[in-house]
Amino acid sequence: MLSTRRTGAYHSVTLVAPDIAEQAKPGQFVEVAVPDGRSIMLRRPFSIHQASRRGGWAGTLEIVFDVVGPGTQWLAGVTTHETLDVIGPIGRAFQFPRDLRSCLLVGGGYGAAPLHFLAEELRVRDKQVSMIVGARDHERVFKPVEGKRLASTFVITTEDGSMGEQGRVTDFLPAMVARTSAEVVYACGPNAMLRAVAEYCGERRIPCQVAVEEQMACGLGVCWTCVVPLLAADAQSWWNVRACTEGPVFNGARVWWDHWLGQQPVDEPAQEPLPDGHEAQVVEIHSP
Amino acid sequence: MSVTPEVGADLSVDLNGIRLRTPVLAASGCFGSGKEMSELIDLRRVGGIVTKSVTLAPTKGLPTPRMAETPSGMLNAIGLQNPGIDEFLEKDGPWIAEAPAPVFVSIAGRSVDEYLRVVTRISTIPNVVAVEANISCPNVERRNQVFACHPDQAGEVIGAVSRLTSLPVFAKLTADTTNIVEVADACIRAGAHGLSLINTLLGMAIDSETFEAKLGAVTGGLSGPAIRPVAVRCIFQVARAFPEVPILGVGGVVTAADAVELMLAGAWAVQVGTANFFDPEATIRVADGMAAFVARKGLAGAADLRGKVTFHDHLAEPAYRSG
Repeated sequence: MLSTRRTGAYHSVTLVAPDIAEQAKPGQFVEVAVPDGRSIMLRRPFSIHQASRRGGWAGTLEIVFDVVGPGTQWLAGVTTHETLDVIGPIGRAFQFPRDLRSCLLVGGGYGAAPLHFLAEELRVRDKQVSMIVGARDHERVFKPVEGKRLASTFVITTEDGSMGEQGRVTDFLPAMVARTSAEVVYACGPNAMLRAVAEYCGERRIPCQVAVEEQMACGLGVCWTCVVPLLAADAQSWWNVRACTEGPVFNGARVWWDHWLGQQPVDEPAQEPLPDGHEAQVVEIHSP
Repeated sequence: MSVTPEVGADLSVDLNGIRLRTPVLAASGCFGSGKEMSELIDLRRVGGIVTKSVTLAPTKGLPTPRMAETPSGMLNAIGLQNPGIDEFLEKDGPWIAEAPAPVFVSIAGRSVDEYLRVVTRISTIPNVVAVEANISCPNVERRNQVFACHPDQAGEVIGAVSRLTSLPVFAKLTADTTNIVEVADACIRAGAHGLSLINTLLGMAIDSETFEAKLGAVTGGLSGPAIRPVAVRCIFQVARAFPEVPILGVGGVVTAADAVELMLAGAWAVQVGTANFFDPEATIRVADGMAAFVARKGLAGAADLRGKVTFHDHLAEPAYRSG
């Protein structure tokens, strides 16, 4: 570990991990082992906020988290020069559009962290990057100054109005899509926010990629706990796929949100097939 | 890379005809078919792989959250998600036929007939070492009672499976039953080659802030070191009753000392489950540690550990109850 610091309400940890940093792509994550001798044993997954391959910070990796339980409590107390056991990078990354140019990045809470990495990679590819970042309060708006530097259009929303616009990112999403003529939307944050963003984009046939969170025991593809119900292309069938291996980035139009986050699980999809041609407009995230 | 442990102790075990290089296997549902782990670890150093249970039809499994971490363990409720026997044979069959470690295929079903239809298909895969029958499943023909909770139902399904395949059959039993020795007895009399002890224990966790059950399926299977004392007790009871029957000890093995404990209770070999999730090398690490342990104790081999627990003889019957 190189350094640890606070960023608003969150904790940020920078690791020297040249192999992972070299391979990492935005949207991927790492699994950090907790030390022996505790009543918690499972690795903790963290999305990658930054992976530096060049310059003075070459070979470093930064992760961001909120203290929500004993694992993150421990990690927040780890000090410089301690060695961590980390597996990564894991999972499928965000896909970059080939031709479409205007990209809107939607982040909720520390879900904005991987979007900074994504924004940099999109800018390298000459894409126009806009960002809308929301949180409960100003303390939980993730790195607003850096976000503003990365995006040509940047909007902050807080539920208590203590920074930026008062409300949720989804309240300002339509205006933001219109203002930036967004052609592709990327989202990371609470699953309910992802659902709202994906459904809005689905109605307007805007390709949308979401990075999801689900309870995960291994991150290696063997435990089958972190599944997300994904619709087949014809929306007539579905299967539970692993967020660690087939995700964590999914095509928002293919996630069967009602089944995943809804309260009434049913046996088969009740959804209409996607309109003809819809699939062609969606950035295909499963192609290698 | 060396395929033998660094310390030169003899780790090989013989499960009444099934020879394994080390007595440390990967447990069902914690290792995929082994293919998933092949990029992370050297499978030639794994004693054996028990595959994730396969059923006749594709099974989508239960809603999320499917996992909740609990003190020294975790609850899971996956619902036997698997692609079904057809896709299993197509995708994992060729890999299993050439696998670098001995493969035990785990099968599950909701009726005796389903087990039979799956096991006949499994028998077509070359090089399968044995079948592990996961009988902690609800029996739709018997009011959804769990096979492994009832000696008669456990015996019925194990008998039918054993008669239909020439492969050795291991019955995986649950401790969630009144008397596991009776269930073991029924399985052995029905033709089981051996027993895997134990499956997860049924548990439940609730979020005290939100009042919500932590698992989507409400209840789920508890695994990890939290259940190890229960596994040790079950292995001990069954091994004392049936010393000639191979027992694969399963339950909370993380370290070599844990594996030794299960062997001392009477296990012929052990399976590592939950530990694979946070340490993909767990099976190899435990085997290496066991080799060092065997050498340090001056034993002839790992098989020498089996059933060597000592206790005061004035206990004619080990206590069943607390207190």
